[in-house]
Amino acid sequence: MYRYDQYDHAMVQARVEEFRDQTRRRLEGKLTDDQFKPLRLKNGLYLQLHAYMLRVAIPYGTLNSVQMRKLAHIARKYDRGYGHITTRQNIQYNWIKLEEAPDLLAELAEVEMHGIQTSGESIRNVSADQYAGAAADEIIDPRPWAEMIRQMTTFMPEFSYLPRKFKIAVIASEADRAALRWHDFAVRIVKNEAGEIGFETYAGGGMGRTPFIAFKIRDFLPTSQILSYMQAVLRVWNRNARRDNIHKQRMKILVHELGEEEFRRQVEEEFEHFLTLGEDFPQAEYDRIAAYFAPPPFETGLAEEIDRSDPAFAAWVDQQVVAHKAPGYAIANISLKPIGQIPGDISAEQMDLVADLAERYSFDELRATHAQNLVLPHVRKQDLYAVWTALHEAGLGEANLDLVTDIIACPGLDYCSLANARSIPLAQKLSERFADPARQQDLGELKIKISGCINACGHHHAGNIGILGVDRKGAESYQLLLGGSGDEDTSQAKIAGPGFDEAGIIDAIERAVEQYRSIRTPGERFIDTYRRVGMDGFKEAIYG
Amino acid sequence: MGDTLRFRDDPVPDEPAVSLDAFLDQPDAASVRIEAGDDVRRLAPVLGRLKLAEVDFPKFRDGRGFSSARVLREMGYAGEIKATGDVLVDLVWFMRRCGFDSFAPNVPFNDDDVEAALTRYPHVYQHAADDLVPIWKLRHG
Amino acid sequence: MKILTGNDLKTGAVVWWDGQGWSIHVEDAVDVGDAAEAILAREDAACRVNGGYAIDAEPEAGGGVRPAHIKDRVRAYGPTVRPDLTLKPADPNAGNWVI
Repeated sequence: MYRYDQYDHAMVQARVEEFRDQTRRRLEGKLTDDQFKPLRLKNGLYLQLHAYMLRVAIPYGTLNSVQMRKLAHIARKYDRGYGHITTRQNIQYNWIKLEEAPDLLAELAEVEMHGIQTSGESIRNVSADQYAGAAADEIIDPRPWAEMIRQMTTFMPEFSYLPRKFKIAVIASEADRAALRWHDFAVRIVKNEAGEIGFETYAGGGMGRTPFIAFKIRDFLPTSQILSYMQAVLRVWNRNARRDNIHKQRMKILVHELGEEEFRRQVEEEFEHFLTLGEDFPQAEYDRIAAYFAPPPFETGLAEEIDRSDPAFAAWVDQQVVAHKAPGYAIANISLKPIGQIPGDISAEQMDLVADLAERYSFDELRATHAQNLVLPHVRKQDLYAVWTALHEAGLGEANLDLVTDIIACPGLDYCSLANARSIPLAQKLSERFADPARQQDLGELKIKISGCINACGHHHAGNIGILGVDRKGAESYQLLLGGSGDEDTSQAKIAGPGFDEAGIIDAIERAVEQYRSIRTPGERFIDTYRRVGMDGFKEAIYG
Repeated sequence: MGDTLRFRDDPVPDEPAVSLDAFLDQPDAASVRIEAGDDVRRLAPVLGRLKLAEVDFPKFRDGRGFSSARVLREMGYAGEIKATGDVLVDLVWFMRRCGFDSFAPNVPFNDDDVEAALTRYPHVYQHAADDLVPIWKLRHG
Repeated sequence: MKILTGNDLKTGAVVWWDGQGWSIHVEDAVDVGDAAEAILAREDAACRVNGGYAIDAEPEAGGGVRPAHIKDRVRAYGPTVRPDLTLKPADPNAGNWVI
C-alpha cells in the first residue's frame, strides 16, 4: 500500500497545526461557530447529537495493522472504546471532545492517517473495490489511480468551497463492488482494442433526497489526462451549480438540469482548455505510486484443499471466503454484522485482533467495505481455519455476507442530529428475526439498507429492500422501498406504499420475503424476482 | 476605503468598479465588479483595458469566485484581482494560489492570522494560477 | 415550558440551561420563558455553549423534564442502543423514556 514520503508527511503535519490553531481561536472566542464550522468540517469533525464526531479517512478502504492498532488506541484514549465503519469505507468516532481533537489528529498523522476532506463540501474519500489487488477479474489494481486522484484532489485551491460534497469511486472490473454509478464522479479502468489502459467516465450519481444514477460521459479517457478531466468536471459544476438551496446543489442536480448532452459538451469544452495548461501528472508519478501496490510475495505450491470437517467453519468458508487470483490464497470477509448487534461497529479489542490477523495472515493488509464490513485480502487457504477460529472467538465470525442479516444502517437518531428515526434498533430486530442460518441461506442474496432520514447515508435507494426513517407527527415511521442495487446493474429502489411503525415494517418485510419465496423461479435472487414481476408482484402481499 | 491587503507594487487603480454588463458597454472603464454568478469569460475581448477585477464573495461558502480568478489568469489577465465580501482569512492561501492579489474583506483580517495562513503549507500537490512547483515535480525533478 | 439546550464547546457534551449555568442533566433544566434569545446570545458569545437553541418541554411528576421532541430526548439520555454509554446505564427502563 501507499507510504507517505517527506512531502505527504509535511502536508498532513501542516494541516494538523492549522487545525490546532483554528481550534485555539474557536475556544478563545475569536471564531464564531459559523466561521469555525466549515474549517472543522474540512477535517472531518462534526457536532452530532451527543458530542463531536470525527470521521477518519481510510483511503479507498485500505489500511495496515499499525494503522488499525492506532485506530484502536484512538478509540480507547479519545472515545468510548469503539468505532464505526461507514458506507464510504471510512471510520467514525462518536464521542470526541473538541479540545482533544488537535492531539487526536496529531496521533493519526503519526501513522499516515487524517480526517482531511471527509466531511463538508469537499472532495471526499475516493472509494474503490475492496478486493483490489486480490480479485481475479480486475484489469489492473485500481488503487494506484485512486491514490493518484486522492493526491490530485487534496487541497485543490479552486475547489475550496464547492457547492456540495463530491464523491468519487474507482473500479477496474466488469463487476461493480464499489457502487460506481451512485457517485458524483467515477471511473472504470478498461482496455481499448489497442490494449491501452483508459477510463470509462461517469458523472452525476448520488443518493440523498433526490437520487440519480450516474451517466457515462466518455467511453475512453487516456489515464494520463485524468487530472485535466476532473478539473473540467469540477469547474463546470463549481461555476454553474446554484448556491441558494443546499438541497439542489449536488452535481447530479446540475447534470439533470442541463441534460446529459449539454453537461458532456461543457465538460469536453473545459477539458480541451485544461489540456492546454499542461497540469497532468506524469507517467513517472503513476509508476512511483504503482510500485507501492505491487503484489505481495505470494508463495507457490500451497495447499488448495480446505478441511471442512468443522461445520461452522465450513459454513463460514462458503459465505465469507471469495476466490483469490493467486493459487493457494483466498479473500476472507469479516462480518461486522453479528446477529442482533450494531451493524458496522467494532470495539477497540476487535480492532486489535483484526490488526494481528492482518499482520500475521494477510501480508499486513486490511480493507474496509462500503457495506460496513472488513476484508483480509490475502489469506493462505491453509490459514483460514486459524483466522476463523480467532474471528469466531471475538464475535466476528458471522457467515452472512450479502445475506439478509448483512444489513447496512446509518447511525440514525441514536447518534445523528440529521435523523428523523432510529435505524440501528430496527437493524438489530430484523437481524434477530431472520437469524436462522438455514433461512438465511434459503433467502440468498438480499441486501437491506436502512437510512434514518432522507439524506440517505444508509444508501436505502440502493437496497434490494430499502428502509427510510421519517418523522410522522413526532413519532418514528418507516417507508419500505424495493428494487435498488449498487452493483453493475445499478437501479433505484421504489417506495412500496404507506409507511409503518417499527413492528409494522418488520412484518411487512416478512411478507415481502415470503412473497419472493412463493413466486421465485430457481436461481432467482430477491432482486431478480422483483425485476421480473415489478412492484405489482409484491404490493398486495405486503399491504393485503 | 477600509482595510485592503494588497500583494502588488503597482499603483492602486482608482476608477470605481462597475458591473460586468456596464464594463462591456463602457470602453474607458478599467475596473469591473464580478458578482458570484458572473461569467468572467465575457471579458475575453476587452481584457486589455482591465486593470482591476473585484470578485465578490456574498457568503464565504459560495466558492465560485475561486474559479473566476483562475479563469481570469488562464485568459492571460495580469492585472489586480481583489476578493471582496465574506472572505475568511483561513482561505487566503488558497485564494492567492487562484490568482487573487488583494483582499478587502467585510471583516478586516488580523495580521497574525494572515501570516499564519500564508506560511502554513510548505508544498502544493497540484498546479494552480501561481507558479509554485507541485510535489510530483519535486519528486521527479 | 421553554428550556434551553446545546453542546459544551470544549467537550461537545449535551447541556441544559439550569438558570445559572449549563448542566448535563435534563432534570436541571429551567423554564426560561421569553428570555431564551438573550440568554443564548450571552452564553454563546462567552463560549459557554455551542449551537444553543430553545425547545418545548413538559415537567414530569417527580421533578423530571421531558423534552417534546424525540431527538432531544435521545440527546438527554444517550444512544438507546448503547445503554452502557448513557447517563443512566444502571436503569433498564431509562431508554423507554426516550421513545
